[in-house]
Amino acid sequence: METNLCVAGFGGQGVMTLGKFLASATCDSTDKNVTFFPSYGAEQRGGTANCFVVISDEMVGAPLGDVMDDLIVMNGPSLNKFLGTLKPGGNLFINSSIVTDDIERDDVKIIKAPVTEMALEMGNAKVLNVIMLGVYVGYTEVVAPEIVWETIEHKLGKKPKLLPLNKEAFEKGLEIGRSQR
Amino acid sequence: MARVFMKGCEAIAEAAVRAGCRFFAGYPITPQNEIPEYFARRMPEVGGTFVQGESEVASINMVYGAASAGTRSMTSSSSPGVALKSEGISYCASARIPMVYANISRGGPGVGSIQPAQMDYFQATKASGNGGFRMRVFAPSTVQEAVDMTYRAFDYADQDRNPVLILADGVIGTMMEPVVLPQMKSDEEVAAIKESKKSWACIGHELDYAHRAWIQPGQWSTAVQQKCNEEAAELYASWEPEVEEYQVEDAEIVITAYGISARISKSVVDMLRKEGIKVGLIRPVTVYPFPYEAYDHIDYSKCKAVLDVEMSIPAQFVEDVAVAVKERCPIETCLCSGGNIMSRDAVIAAVKKINEK
Repeated sequence: METNLCVAGFGGQGVMTLGKFLASATCDSTDKNVTFFPSYGAEQRGGTANCFVVISDEMVGAPLGDVMDDLIVMNGPSLNKFLGTLKPGGNLFINSSIVTDDIERDDVKIIKAPVTEMALEMGNAKVLNVIMLGVYVGYTEVVAPEIVWETIEHKLGKKPKLLPLNKEAFEKGLEIGRSQR
Repeated sequence: MARVFMKGCEAIAEAAVRAGCRFFAGYPITPQNEIPEYFARRMPEVGGTFVQGESEVASINMVYGAASAGTRSMTSSSSPGVALKSEGISYCASARIPMVYANISRGGPGVGSIQPAQMDYFQATKASGNGGFRMRVFAPSTVQEAVDMTYRAFDYADQDRNPVLILADGVIGTMMEPVVLPQMKSDEEVAAIKESKKSWACIGHELDYAHRAWIQPGQWSTAVQQKCNEEAAELYASWEPEVEEYQVEDAEIVITAYGISARISKSVVDMLRKEGIKVGLIRPVTVYPFPYEAYDHIDYSKCKAVLDVEMSIPAQFVEDVAVAVKERCPIETCLCSGGNIMSRDAVIAAVKKINEK
């Protein structure tokens, strides 16, 4: 069993952090093999950013697969770029606040979450990635949500005042993910 | 042992610290910046020294100096940066100075691209500088291997009094993966390693009259130079290659690759074996010395072709493969370049194309 996930968006949306939280949680809590591979241009800000997470019972062969089981798109250009890589029957997670295009595929499951708006309502635009991580974990349960939260808690250890906000963000995401199963 | 989730570059740096590396000098270049960044944070914790040199040339020469004084020393860079360091690397080889360097290679030639590639094969194995010196060159295909090889590299460097190269690529350098780290050498062990180099190193005290505390990157007389080169050649000839042979015995198609391409190819072997296609893999773990003899284990009465998989156009690794295969079967290639990462589907398609012939 091997799960290939691509997370794509633009620089600053926390795309890499989302992937790293998920991959770290997998490493910490399971015996599974897991890889995280980042891909980005030379830009310091903006530009496209995407990362690939592979979670597998076997040795991971290709840290960057050709076909994705799950795809998270945080902006419009990412949808155009990566939709073709999603396998039939795969899961497409969309930041519906800014990705408003019609999805030209009816062979994939679509899970929408307006994470940019939700983050702004919570008073911090930066937590959109943690909401989306919640959506993803809530829907797929690829790793237990409690373990993912423990990893986030650990990574934010040096900034404890950010914990309540992130906890709220993660739980709101989980709710959306679970409700769409 | 607990596994930790680490980026390849950081894991290489931590492995070096644990092996007793106490001097690192480097200069920034993508995709290996996490190596100097990690050392900058880590060296003060272990009483070591980190220097960001003003250039690649400066940093390799700082390593030349620190290693000449008996300290386990390291530098790292990526393709064009390694080219700039070649003068210093050649000097270290000539003066028989042990040091370790890592090339987290990217697209080329020239400044190329910042994305992963395997375009430095000739540079790494044939001519890392002037004068025809050789080095052991290790090609990791996982982050764990990068860690283990870096740790061992310092022992080889000291044992040979010669530079050792870790030839990784931008995938291994920037990806994160669970690793088990090797044991940290104690301060006493690190001191003992330095002490053991007194017979030649510029440690600068308690030396007897016969000991000349100087390091020579060249010789005054042609006779002495020839003698030094003969000794070096003997050393190079004594090295044993390392190789992984996977399902080669009954293989009708043998993929050969190193580093990240080999890792991708190995998963292709598993996938295609399930479909009944008899595929195998020969993966040089050291690309210098090259494991030519491994290719004698192929059953050429059955083998339709050897498939060379590498992230380089034109292909480079294939030239050593050709020497090893000795025209006993055709050699096909599956290549990509310029910063594109080898696609598993492309390797599968290349194998199937041969299989259908």
